[in-house]
Amino acid sequence: MNSAIRFSGVSRHYGAVKAVDDVNLDIAEGEFFAMLGPSGSGKTTSLRLIAGFERPTAGEIHIYGEEAQSIPPYKRPVNTVFQDYALFPHLNVRDNVAYGLMVAGVGKKQRAKSADETLEMVALGAYGDRKPSELSGGQRQRVALARALVNKPKALLLDEPLGALDLKLREQMQEELKSLQRSLGITFIFVTHDQSEALSMADRVAVFNNGRIVQIGTPEDIYYRPQQPFVADFVGSSNVLPPEFVAKLTGKTAHGSLRPEAVHLSETGHAAQIKSVSFLGTATRVSMTIQGVAMTMLVPKGAVIPKAGDTATVSWADDDLHLMAVQ
Amino acid sequence: MHSDRAPMGLKVAAGLGLAFMHLPILLIFVYAFTTEDKSYQWPPPGFTLKWFAVTWGRTDVWEAMSLSLKVASISTVIALFLGTLCAAAVSRTKFFGREAISLLVILPIALPGIITGISLRSAFNLAEIPFSFWTIVLGHATFCVVVVYNNAVARFRRVSGSLVEASMDLGANSFQTFRYVILPNISTALLAGGMLAFALSFDEVIVTTFTAGQQQTLPIWMLEELVRPRERPVTNVVAMVVVIVTFLPILGAYYLTRGTDTVAGQGK
Amino acid sequence: MSRHTNAAVSLSDLLWRRPNLLLLILILPPALWLGIIYLGSLFALLAQSFFSIDEFSGVIQYELTLKTYGELFRPANFDIIVRTVVMAGAVTIGAAVVGFPVAYYAARYARGKWKAIFYLGVMMPLWSSYLVKVYSWKLILAKEGILNWLFETLHLGWLLNAYLAIPIIGGNSLSVSSTGTFLVFLYVWIPFMILPIQASLERVPHTMLEASGDLGARPYQTFLHVLLPLALPGVIAGSIFTFSLTLGDYIIPQIVGSSRRFIGQAVYAYQGTAGNIPLAAAFAVVPIVLMAFYLWIAKRKGAFDAL
Repeated sequence: MNSAIRFSGVSRHYGAVKAVDDVNLDIAEGEFFAMLGPSGSGKTTSLRLIAGFERPTAGEIHIYGEEAQSIPPYKRPVNTVFQDYALFPHLNVRDNVAYGLMVAGVGKKQRAKSADETLEMVALGAYGDRKPSELSGGQRQRVALARALVNKPKALLLDEPLGALDLKLREQMQEELKSLQRSLGITFIFVTHDQSEALSMADRVAVFNNGRIVQIGTPEDIYYRPQQPFVADFVGSSNVLPPEFVAKLTGKTAHGSLRPEAVHLSETGHAAQIKSVSFLGTATRVSMTIQGVAMTMLVPKGAVIPKAGDTATVSWADDDLHLMAVQ
Repeated sequence: MHSDRAPMGLKVAAGLGLAFMHLPILLIFVYAFTTEDKSYQWPPPGFTLKWFAVTWGRTDVWEAMSLSLKVASISTVIALFLGTLCAAAVSRTKFFGREAISLLVILPIALPGIITGISLRSAFNLAEIPFSFWTIVLGHATFCVVVVYNNAVARFRRVSGSLVEASMDLGANSFQTFRYVILPNISTALLAGGMLAFALSFDEVIVTTFTAGQQQTLPIWMLEELVRPRERPVTNVVAMVVVIVTFLPILGAYYLTRGTDTVAGQGK
Repeated sequence: MSRHTNAAVSLSDLLWRRPNLLLLILILPPALWLGIIYLGSLFALLAQSFFSIDEFSGVIQYELTLKTYGELFRPANFDIIVRTVVMAGAVTIGAAVVGFPVAYYAARYARGKWKAIFYLGVMMPLWSSYLVKVYSWKLILAKEGILNWLFETLHLGWLLNAYLAIPIIGGNSLSVSSTGTFLVFLYVWIPFMILPIQASLERVPHTMLEASGDLGARPYQTFLHVLLPLALPGVIAGSIFTFSLTLGDYIIPQIVGSSRRFIGQAVYAYQGTAGNIPLAAAFAVVPIVLMAFYLWIAKRKGAFDAL
């Protein structure tokens, strides 16, 4: 597959602040790529570097093979769905969607037609004459999507596009975005701080921390085979076990990552002091300490649930304990 | 608990405060119709429309009025240009000297007018610039910039973030972005700022006394009448007309900026 | 892109690549205008305050000296400064006292139609003609005017006369007394006090007042311990205007008031008929220094957030 976006040693520094620091990245054409990380980790800045709102202080960015550092945003073959949607308040929905065609010099009739078709695609065909202020959050999100897609970009950049929606709508939009990406076949680059969103939608995920990419891989890689304690902790709140503890268990000195759902109550195993118990609905989360190391486990519905203050015996399968090199 | 009904004492105090701010102006309207022409007798002995006719025939009033209108128009145009540029720059990015620039814009209004006035006069003297229409405009435009600036800067902030980026992202270059996104979003703020700048210039007297030389703007004409009254009833009529002429742009500015984040009168 | 000339597009590209160039283009005209015309004049004035005037010939001597500043401390001149500062302080306090209820009511109680009425009710006097406002008080305070008429009609003329007999604040009639000057100053500048107070009060979230009530505070305690401290930056912001505007005004005391001069009048007189530009300039520096000091304190109290 061809490369859609390539970062070679890209940095964006603001004085002493390293928003993006020496990032290397290769996103393939047609890929659904997620940039995951806490706020301030550099994921949004990376997206803005692709869009052209920021310029790198070092390194090179290639967009579809073309060196992009000195190409202004309006000449790049990418379009953005903004976190706050950034719909033009003075234009109605149709004119918002037709904006890119208007500035490109497409005739009035033709661009109205294209806009209406694209609005149809996001199920807002009847809303062309409304003002953005008359729409709900979910509808604005779809308009923003249509406004970007009508220009037939080679890559669509999405900056936390589902952040402002409530849970139900968010899940529905995740499905829609996925099927939209499959049917259009264009590259989607998706910034989010929500690990479940990244894991459920993306083909590949880049985890950002402190301006750097700490791991790139498939959702399974990231979830089951974290390479760093940060990734284990951030993606799905794994138990990160200190090297001394891991050495006692396995004889190897390394950080260990253990999924809460991999820990279970058993006849033999480790003695655990139960600290607290919280009911989550589908499961119950139990916080405990084993030889002074804090850990959590998920007890599925129906199983016996220990009480805070109890002592219990827990164990896990050896290959569920994933080792990470000491940094 | 905080109740949603105001205490009686507060209501009365607020009402009295508003009355204090409005009754004196209304009094002018009554005096414009009085038959008494030698003193400020209250209650007026009778009412007449005669003074409106007398004022209509006074060429000095017309000349002062036309000078004031011309000065206010030109000053407003200059202030619109400079204030908009300044607001655009300040709202765009943080840059070295940004604080200094916003202070510089506010200074002509923050410092007493007499300082602006005497500074300009001594500068004109030093540079041997004779008083003219343009010396008045120079002063007025300087303190009108802040009014336009204050109205525009809040609106610019709202536009300058992701809306401008969205426009460029969709293929519009800087000029298209200005034409199709920025201008439509700031136009009412600019109109409001322009109206207020006009009202401010039309009314200004303190700086003008230092920059006008022998020319008479309407406020200077009024000041002369206040210091050395010639025909009091004419002054009454002119005062009433001035009130009405300045109220219109203020009302207009209010309706243009209503329901937005811009407070029209900020930083007069 | 076909409808636009290539020149426009390449200029646009250049501005994107060099954001500082765009900034420069934007900032240069206003910076030049204000920098040359305004700051230039201001410095020209300041420079003159360090010159002096020859007492016999009346010719300005272009030698740097502090002699002119020394003149400010002559009793006659120093009285003018003290009188002006006292008046500015009195006007500021008066404006806060009269203005606070209006701002408080507008911010916390006025809703819908009344909100608009209060807003316009403050905005209209703020923007209406300064001279007309002063003139209206000449009508009110005149001997044959409405205020005297009111006192006579209520058979309270003796009260007014007793008040006018008090030295310093009294005088032959209200229109030539310091009280008259005070009233006009108060009237003309009060909107400048109300707006910042209102703005700062409107920023107090309703839940904060409810929290105070919830914690057992009576309404007056909530007002005293929660609302008033939060409104203080607004009061200080307003006082910047009322204080500064009173310091520099020369028209109001000229039209309504006694013959005792204020700083503004002194500046006007010295630069005009007396032709003593250095002394006028030195006098003009007084409000600048006072305001710089005042602003410095206000900034430390956080008043600029309420502007």
